[in-house]
Amino acid sequence: MVSSKMEKSPADLLASPGLSSMLKSLKLKTKQQELLIRVSILFLVYVLAFIARLFSVLRYESMIHEFDPYFNYRVTQYLTQKGFYEFWNWFDSESWYPLGRIVGGTLYPGLMVTAAFIYWTLRFLRFAVHIREVCVLTAPFFAANTTLVAYFFGKELWDSGAGLVAAALIAICPGYISRSVAGSYDNEGVAIFALLLTFYLFVKAVNTGSLAWGLASALGYFYMVSAWGGYVFIINLIPLYVLVLLITGRYSMRLYVAYNCMYVLGTLLAMQIRFVGFQHVQSGEHMAAMGMFFLMQVFYFLDWVKYLLNDPKKFHSFLRITVTSAVGLGAIALGVGTASGYISPWTGRFYSLLDPTYAKDHIPIIASVSEHQPTAWSSFMFDFHILLILFPAGLYFCFKRLSDATIFIVMYGLTSMYFAGVMVRLILVATPAVCLISAIAVSATVKNLTQLVRAKSKPASGGSGKGAASAKVLSKGSLDQSMPFQKNGAVALLLGVFYLLSRYAIHCTWVTSEAYSSPSIVLAARGANGNRVIFDDYREAYFWLRQNTPPDAKVMSWWDYGYQITAMGNRTVIVDNNTWNNTHIATVGRAMSSYEDEAYEIMRSLDVDYVLVVFGGVTGYSSDDINKFLWMVRIGGGVFPVIKEPDYLVNGEYRVDKGAAPKMLNCLMYKLSYYRFGELTTEYGKPPGYDRARGVEIGNKDIKLEHLEEAFTTSNWIVRIYKVKPPNNRW
Amino acid sequence: IIDLYIVFAVVTALIQIAYVAVVGSFPFNSFLSGVLSCVGTAVLAVSLRIQVNKENKEFKDLPPERAFADFVLCNLVLHLVIMNFLG
Repeated sequence: MVSSKMEKSPADLLASPGLSSMLKSLKLKTKQQELLIRVSILFLVYVLAFIARLFSVLRYESMIHEFDPYFNYRVTQYLTQKGFYEFWNWFDSESWYPLGRIVGGTLYPGLMVTAAFIYWTLRFLRFAVHIREVCVLTAPFFAANTTLVAYFFGKELWDSGAGLVAAALIAICPGYISRSVAGSYDNEGVAIFALLLTFYLFVKAVNTGSLAWGLASALGYFYMVSAWGGYVFIINLIPLYVLVLLITGRYSMRLYVAYNCMYVLGTLLAMQIRFVGFQHVQSGEHMAAMGMFFLMQVFYFLDWVKYLLNDPKKFHSFLRITVTSAVGLGAIALGVGTASGYISPWTGRFYSLLDPTYAKDHIPIIASVSEHQPTAWSSFMFDFHILLILFPAGLYFCFKRLSDATIFIVMYGLTSMYFAGVMVRLILVATPAVCLISAIAVSATVKNLTQLVRAKSKPASGGSGKGAASAKVLSKGSLDQSMPFQKNGAVALLLGVFYLLSRYAIHCTWVTSEAYSSPSIVLAARGANGNRVIFDDYREAYFWLRQNTPPDAKVMSWWDYGYQITAMGNRTVIVDNNTWNNTHIATVGRAMSSYEDEAYEIMRSLDVDYVLVVFGGVTGYSSDDINKFLWMVRIGGGVFPVIKEPDYLVNGEYRVDKGAAPKMLNCLMYKLSYYRFGELTTEYGKPPGYDRARGVEIGNKDIKLEHLEEAFTTSNWIVRIYKVKPPNNRW
Repeated sequence: IIDLYIVFAVVTALIQIAYVAVVGSFPFNSFLSGVLSCVGTAVLAVSLRIQVNKENKEFKDLPPERAFADFVLCNLVLHLVIMNFLG
C-alpha cells in the first residue's frame, strides 16, 4: 500500500526486464497503463477505507454505538416502516414527557433518508437486509466515497498524484475514523462526505465558470444542510473565500457566475429543510453570504462602469464613492436588522466557537459535553500524526503556486485548524483540509525527488529533442556529474518519505483498533487471568425495561441515556439527548439532587414510574452518574436557585465517603446509586461498600428508601432501575 | 433581449417587496419564494448573458448552446424548488 503511493512513470516499469515482456504482451499504451494504475490504486484505497472501520463489528457484533446514533436508528426504523410523509410530519410523544417532540421539524433528515434510500434500493434488488445492518455500515460506505471525492479534489487542486495521496491519507486518518466507524450512525458520517463534495464542486465551478457546476455545488450544499448543523461552516467559508479573492484582485466573471448560482439556488434549497427554516435570511450566522451576494453585484456593476467609462481617473473616484457607499449601506442595514431583532444574533452553539469562554459562564449544558472542550496538543498528534508536520509544508507549496483553487484550500485549512483548536469535536472538520494539504506536500516532494532520481538514468536523451527541454535535461545531467551524490541523496530522502508514510499507516491502524472502535454500550475489560470480560449491562437493563414494565411506563434518567431507552427499551422518557429544553432537564437535575421527599413530589408531578441510574462502583466504570452528578447540580441550580453547588462539596472538594457533605449523603442520586451497596464486598482486602470508581469507602451504608423500591439491578450493578411507589392510602 | 428579461425580473422583485411592506409578510415562505425566484432568474439570466457575450475572453471556448443548456437546467431546478416552497 505504501509503495504504490509513489507516482512512478510507466517508463520506469518498462525498465525492469521481467515486467516489460509481460506488459508488451498485454499491448497497453502508456496512457492506458497509467489509467490502470490509478484505477487500481483508487479501488484499493476505497476498500481499505471501508475495511479499516470494521474493527468493532468483528470484535463485538454489528450494533449501533453510543447515544445519538440510537435516536437516528429509531427515526430510520420509523421512516422505513411508515413512509416519508409520516416521517416528515412525525410528532413523537415518547420522549420529553409530557411535552413531546416535533421530530419532523427538529432534525436533519439527510442521514436517515440516505440510509432508508440504500435500504429500499437493496430491497428492490431483492437483498433481504435488516435496517440495522444498513445503518451500521452507512458510515464506512460514505467514508469510502469521501476518499473518491478527495481524489477528484486533489486532482483539481494540484494534479492526479496529489489526488491519489489525498485519497489514501483520508482513508485511514484517525480524525475522520473517530466519527465514522461501523456502528457510529451519526450525522457526521454522511456530512463530511457532503462537505468535501460541496467544496470540490464549488472550486470546480469557480475554475470553469459554468452554470452546471454551480448548480451541482448548490445541490451538494443542499445535501450538506440536510445532513448536519455544521453547514454553517460552509455558508461562512465560501463567502469569506470570495471576499479574499475579491480583495486580492482575482475578481472574474467565472467567480460571479459560480457564486451567484450557488448562493441563490443553495439558499432556496436549504430553506426546504424545516429545521433550518428561514434562518438563511434571518439569522446572523448567514448574513455573511447575503452580504457577499450584494457585494458581488456591486463589483459586477463597477466592472461594467469601468468598461463603459474608459477613463481611469474618473473611474477611480467613482469606485471610491461607490464602494464606501455600498459598504456603508450594508453596515447600516445589518445594524438596523440586528438592533430591531429581525436578524437574530449568533446562537450560543456557534458563538462559543468565536468566544470560547462564553459557554462556561452562560450555557452549562454546552460546556458539560466532553466533546466541546478545547483540544490538547496530544489530541492533535493522536489524530493527525505526521500530517501535522506535512501541513505547513503543504501550505508552502500552495503559496508557491497560487491559484483560485489553492487559495481556497489554504483558507479552508487555516480556518478549520483554528476551530479544531477550540473544540475537540471539530478536528473532524479539519481532517479533509489537512489531508489534502499534506497530500500536496507529499506529492510535490516525491515528484521532485523522483525527477532527480530519473534525471541521471536518461543522460542520452539530452542529445536529441528540441530547445528548452533538452537544455534542461542537459543541465540536470551536468549537475549530476558535478554532484555525484545527488541521486543517492534523493533516494535516501525517498526512503525517508516511505518510512514516514508507513509509520503513519501503522499508527492509524493502531489508533483505530485501540481507541475508536469501542461501542460505548458494551464494555470490555481484561479479567484477572487475561481473558476478555464483556459487560453487557446496558442492553440487559433496557431489555428488562422493554419486557417487564407496562407499555406506557415513564422512565426518568439523566439525559445521556434518553435516546437509548426510547430506542431499545421502547418506553417514554422524561429528557433525552436532544437537550432542547433546559428547564425540563433542570427539573430532572433538581429531582436527582434533592432529598427523597422533595424528589418524590417532583416525580409525582411528572408521572414518573421508573428511575434509572448508572453506577460504576462495582466495576470501576468511571462515566457513571455519581461522576456526572456535579453537572446535574449545576444545571439544576442554573434554573432553580434552591439547589446550591457548595452544599454538596466539602471545602470545595467532591467526596462520597464519610467526610462528605450531609446533603450529598442523603440526596436521591446517592441513595439510588448506593442502595444495598454497603453489604457488597467489591475487592479483596477492602471493606464492604468500597467504591471502585472513586477509590473510597462510601459514607452512608445504611440506606433506606421510602418512596421507591428497587426493581432491577444488572449483573454487574452498572444500571439500576427503581420503581416509584404510588402514594400511600390514607388509612 | 436578455437585458429586457433581467429588467423585468428585477422590477417584479421590487413590486413584491413593496407589496410586503404594505400588506405584511404573513405567508413568509411564499414571499421569500416569490422574491427569490425573481432574483434567481435575474441572476441566471445575467450569467447566461456573460457566457454568451463574445467579448468576454474567459468564456471564448464555451459554446453558446452549452451555456443555454446550463441556463435551462438551473432554471428547471430553481422553479422546482420555488413550487415546493410556495406552499
